[in-house]
Amino acid sequence: MKLLTCPMNGPRNIDEFQCFGPVRARPDPNATADRDWSRHLFRAENRKGIVVEWWRHVPSNYFFLAERDLVSNEIIRTFDAPQLRDRA
Amino acid sequence: MPLRLLKYGLSRDYPVSGDIPATPELKPAYDVVIIGGGGHGLSCAHHLAKYHGIRSVAVLEKGYLAGGNTARNTTTIRSNYITPEGIAFYKEGVELFERLSQELDFNVMFSQRGQLTLAHTEATMRSFHLRAEMGKHMGTRTEVVDQKGVEELCPLINMDYGGPLEILGGLWHADGGTARHDAVAWGYAAQASRRGVEIHQRTEVQGFEVVGDRVQAVTTNRGRVACGQVLIATGGMNYDVALMAGIELPIRCYPLQAMVTQPLKPWLHTLVSSVSLHTYLVQSSRGEVVIGGGSDPYQLYSTRSTLDMKEHLAEGAVHLFPFLQGVRLLRQWAGITDMTPDYSPILGASPLANLWLDCGWGTWGFKATPVAGKRMAQTIAEGRVPDILKPFALERFETFRLLNEMGATAASH
Ligand SMILES: Cc1cc2nc3c(=O)[nH]c(=O)nc-3n(C[C@H](O)[C@H](O)[C@H](O)COP(=O)(O)OP(=O)(O)OC[C@H]3O[C@@H](n4cnc5c(N)ncnc54)[C@H](O)[C@@H]3O)c2cc1C
Repeated sequence: MKLLTCPMNGPRNIDEFQCFGPVRARPDPNATADRDWSRHLFRAENRKGIVVEWWRHVPSNYFFLAERDLVSNEIIRTFDAPQLRDRA
Repeated sequence: MPLRLLKYGLSRDYPVSGDIPATPELKPAYDVVIIGGGGHGLSCAHHLAKYHGIRSVAVLEKGYLAGGNTARNTTTIRSNYITPEGIAFYKEGVELFERLSQELDFNVMFSQRGQLTLAHTEATMRSFHLRAEMGKHMGTRTEVVDQKGVEELCPLINMDYGGPLEILGGLWHADGGTARHDAVAWGYAAQASRRGVEIHQRTEVQGFEVVGDRVQAVTTNRGRVACGQVLIATGGMNYDVALMAGIELPIRCYPLQAMVTQPLKPWLHTLVSSVSLHTYLVQSSRGEVVIGGGSDPYQLYSTRSTLDMKEHLAEGAVHLFPFLQGVRLLRQWAGITDMTPDYSPILGASPLANLWLDCGWGTWGFKATPVAGKRMAQTIAEGRVPDILKPFALERFETFRLLNEMGATAASH
């Protein structure tokens, strides 16, 4: 059983979570060319390395972020959404 | 007896013959360099040598032949997709499989026993009607069957009448079948090497020398190789390899898992797949029941398996065929799949003039091994993309012309 630590519910079986994929920067709708829209829609981070992803704890419907290694599958840390804004 | 065997073994009348020669020295240059010695790369090499007379070809494989997804796949071959472009392409693929053993002079054990996909909801039935009509329109054998039809095709199935997963009907695809995956790869490899194609195992491409809009050479662990044309056919590593050439493909990598049971007497005579249960089963010619299903729930570059996924597959299989509950598992494994946003492959040109893509095969590319090799060889030989491949161009994501095959792919591959 693999554990994921939810910032609200603590360590839980990863089965209880749903992954929503890598965080993407939101394009400015007024200043984005078609090409960049298609990039935003269809290209998500897939490099071998560490990715920041949205996850949801399904029973409590709590959304948060996790840093995970796409090769070793190690979960480096999890954190609440507001911290993402602080990082940017 | 041992003496006679020895005499036979040492006799000049029965020389030892391997299917493919040992890896030769790398030459400084080839007309065509194919990256990836899976079914797709080998099929392209065969078609280049046999039909286009291009024999200065090197297939560079970082591990051993077919060790990627080719020999990990569950070998479903079918053309019951939903877009006209998709059906036309996969139909040609099925037709090539029908004659593949003759083409390769190698028994690929193609067994066209039909595929039955099950519907447990009215919504699925509606989508089956659409797929059946599209399939008939495109000239494939695809039809909707009712409950009685399902029971006739698959008498041992648990219909779950009145239950939450009652089978309401199915999509019957008489063209569907399976083939032996190793044989497909080895058959192509044997034919290609007989015509002069060099197959280099344990040769990993580690970089591209790009000058202007052309690839001058690839660098490998065994040295530099200059190339006229280059094909990327590296399965689960397609994103990674294309990135080395500066191309970011719309691909995400997910593991896909499968497993087989111990051998049983023949009882399952068609391929069976359930959309709602995310499970499909087929009995191999050895009697083992091959069980597969949906992808892992999150991205990963790993061929590790999980108990969660195996339990899920077992649950689906036992629901459909309750008598499987005491049967033991013999093997289980996973492969890394290169998933595209629309569940269709990326074929044809790349932003570099002499670099070609045979990528984005995700969970469904084995059935296309012959047709992708044939059509990519044509593309490389003629320097232009044939009509049948045009809809699969990388640019479709920029022009928003996606080929959505998600519903026709999800649980069946
Ligand atoms: C569990 C599972 C079940 C599946 N079931 C089905 C099915 O039922 N039906 C179906 O149609 N498809 C199925 N698929 C998908 C199918 O297996 C693949 O789409 C198909 O085999 C891809 O073939 P390929 O030759 O392109 O890639 P591969 O067979 O993966 O070959 C690519 C090769 O490239 C090599 N390589 C990678 N990087 C480098 C490098 N840098 N340098 C040199 N070589 C490199 C790899 O070692 C590998 O041998 C399944 C996949 C899996 C994992």
